[in-house]
Amino acid sequence: MKKGMGRLTAALVLSVATAGMANASVLTMCTEGSPEIFNPQLSNNGVTANVLSQIYDNLVSVRQADLSIEPALAESWDVSEDGKVYTFHLRQGVNWQGNADFTPTRQFNADDVIFSFARMMDKAHPFHEVSGGAYIGFVNKLGDNLESVERIDDYTVSFTLKRRDATFLGVMAFQPMGIISAEYGDAMQAAGTLEKLDREPIGTGPFQLEHFQQDAQVRLKAFHDTWGEAAGRADKSPLVDTVVMLITPDASTRVQRALAGECHIALYPNLADADILRQSDKVELVETATASTGFLTFNFREERYQDARVREALTIGLDIGRLTDVVYQGVAEPTVAIIPSSFWGHNADLEVPAYDPERAKELLAEAGFADGFETDVWALPVVRPYMPNGRRAAEMIQEDWAKLGVKVNIVTYEWAEYIERARNGEGQVAMFGGIWDYPDPSQIPNSYLSCDINGKPSPSNIGAWCNDEYNAILRAASESTDHAEREALYKELQAVFAREKPAVAFASAPTLTVISTAVDGYHPASVGTSSLAGVTLK
Amino acid sequence: MTILRRFVVLVPTFIGVTIAAFLFIRLLPGDPILMMSGERALTAEQHAELARKLGFDQPLVMQYLNYLTGVLRGDFGTSISTREPVLTIFFRLFPATLELAVCALSIAVLLGVPFGIIAAVKKGSFWDQSIMGTALVGYSMPIFWWGLLLIVVFSGMLGWTPVSGRLSAIYYFPQITGFMVIDAALSGQEGALASALSHLILPSLVLGTIPLAVIARQTRSAMLEVLGEDYVRTARAKGLGGFRVIAVHALRNALIPVITTVGLQLGVLLGGAILTETIFSWPGIGKWLVDSVSRRDYPVIQGALLIISMLVMAVNLIVDLLYRLANPRLR
Repeated sequence: MKKGMGRLTAALVLSVATAGMANASVLTMCTEGSPEIFNPQLSNNGVTANVLSQIYDNLVSVRQADLSIEPALAESWDVSEDGKVYTFHLRQGVNWQGNADFTPTRQFNADDVIFSFARMMDKAHPFHEVSGGAYIGFVNKLGDNLESVERIDDYTVSFTLKRRDATFLGVMAFQPMGIISAEYGDAMQAAGTLEKLDREPIGTGPFQLEHFQQDAQVRLKAFHDTWGEAAGRADKSPLVDTVVMLITPDASTRVQRALAGECHIALYPNLADADILRQSDKVELVETATASTGFLTFNFREERYQDARVREALTIGLDIGRLTDVVYQGVAEPTVAIIPSSFWGHNADLEVPAYDPERAKELLAEAGFADGFETDVWALPVVRPYMPNGRRAAEMIQEDWAKLGVKVNIVTYEWAEYIERARNGEGQVAMFGGIWDYPDPSQIPNSYLSCDINGKPSPSNIGAWCNDEYNAILRAASESTDHAEREALYKELQAVFAREKPAVAFASAPTLTVISTAVDGYHPASVGTSSLAGVTLK
Repeated sequence: MTILRRFVVLVPTFIGVTIAAFLFIRLLPGDPILMMSGERALTAEQHAELARKLGFDQPLVMQYLNYLTGVLRGDFGTSISTREPVLTIFFRLFPATLELAVCALSIAVLLGVPFGIIAAVKKGSFWDQSIMGTALVGYSMPIFWWGLLLIVVFSGMLGWTPVSGRLSAIYYFPQITGFMVIDAALSGQEGALASALSHLILPSLVLGTIPLAVIARQTRSAMLEVLGEDYVRTARAKGLGGFRVIAVHALRNALIPVITTVGLQLGVLLGGAILTETIFSWPGIGKWLVDSVSRRDYPVIQGALLIISMLVMAVNLIVDLLYRLANPRLR
């Protein structure tokens, strides 16, 4: 009995010792959650994109080194003189993955591009309604402006836009524009299992799905027939046999798993754990300048926030320097520029207004609020690069504004509920923001602060701020193809925001990633998702 | 007859639980059709079609009866996120929770009963006070904090145990039974079984802490009561050894209330599993519930709560029956 116990103990100790030394070809990554679906068209959420970007390809992708657009499934493209027609020349010899239900008989061609976009555009398409049929990314970024997608020949397709749009190529690199296999679609339609197209993925990327257990793990295996490997591109080739994404929602647990060697890469550790991680010799804490922007938005549906003096008072009556020091724990600086410094178009000349509670009180008195007023402030319930601790920030806002006589009630909801209510315009003063999905400076200023020509705010413009000057600049920048002109326009756009103060801009903290010293070649992306192709284990 | 009465008593409880689960979706703010279907932007026609398909166009009583009929047929709804029947997911995940619960309960019983006996036999001593003091601390310990503390100490600082999950990522084999320890043994992969066992240690300890404290305290008080009985004094007077008196005469009778306590701990374990599984990324029904709440997968929350309630009712019934078997006076 004693001997048996001894053997068991020895086996347990050995197992623990080897648990961290994962096989050289198994790369482990601790992630926040499960992918919501396995079709990029149906999701614009970051957790899902992190998985799907390893499986699928777009026509173009983002070169992280300089945030430019580079070829992917399209080898090259031409733009018509009026800037409305983009003709893509497709890569030849690209293989599709297979699974137990499907073995491809042909390689990637124009039919796949047509199929992918027809599904999202054509309401009568047999797959349009499948899996909920909500193509949020496509509808928000391209749907309104895309006139048609046409097949010129087997390896040429053209996209015709209704209006000239300089952001088009950036949008095409956005995850929801991923390319799906038409042949797989046909096979699933013939088998009467349409939903499988969205749940058992077939892509052209460096990895393919081996096993998925919701809320536990996603297991991907190398797809050595991928075009990147055939082209001899290490950065597009799978250099490990297996990738295991261990779904670990709790940030502290992810950190512990990384320190114990259970995951080679751990995403989004808490800022509070940064010091422990920096001291470790097993892992590296990599800081990536994240392209994200967040705000404390004033709701223009409320009469008092239409008064520029009230907005000015609340802006200068908030000690944003102190808030940034405390909430971002010294890793970020206050800013009023809504385009981050990692992007072209960032306006570095704008100055953060000085904290001046006395002047703020005078402004409130001029606006008829000498005795202050009562307002709700919505605190972000999740950790984001643009707001790492919404609750703490809300408490500091409450404290500062109390000195002006403004009584703040802190309100928060579960995240999905928060987004829905904020978009319904329910928040009087609410924190909101976003992370750039594709490398064009217009994305957040457009999604979060613009209105269309009829004065309708975009869905994420939760404060319903519609400023003609701002919107005209935004439209002019999107229609211009002159880079220098666009850059100047975006700088001007930020100056309008800084002058009008429809919201208080938050700083942007870098994204932290814990990477084992055994990992080579992993570079966290500042825009979009990070690729696991080209990553090796020492 | 008594057994039959126990079954009959379960019927109103079952109906009550199904009514609560049925009303769950209907009492929440928002459109129940959108909640059940997971759809966001529906046209009026699609909305009406879904309402008809889900039976929302019928009177409330009819809706409930349809729901009840479905439940009796094993239809607990379909998950919005995976489009799978709730019962199918439940059966896939339940072995993970059961494996953890069995381990936790084993730790609780194997440690709790002897500690309770020692505390009773050495009543008032240093041992008694230490054990009962520790039990009080264990009982009051916030599970989330306790779990993280064990992870930091045993996995982080000492490196003795894995941090979370059920198996090291280097192993991969098909799930046959769903019980990782059994599947790992069946896989024949070297080191897989040890990996599965080592992953069980910390979550079982955390989940077993509160039941351990409760069982130790219950065993102590039951033992104290029995040790004061005449037959124990008689046994001692007859010259029987201390160990024999405690193990054979006193413990057998003292264990009867302990069995009930152990049975009732299942509810505690299922409740505790929600936190423990979340901390240790243990893919069981507790974590499934938490994840479904954050995904707003209402059919899963509704179905899983009903299944868990039914499970607790069934276990209570079994414990009740076992109690009658163990205690001849109740037969």
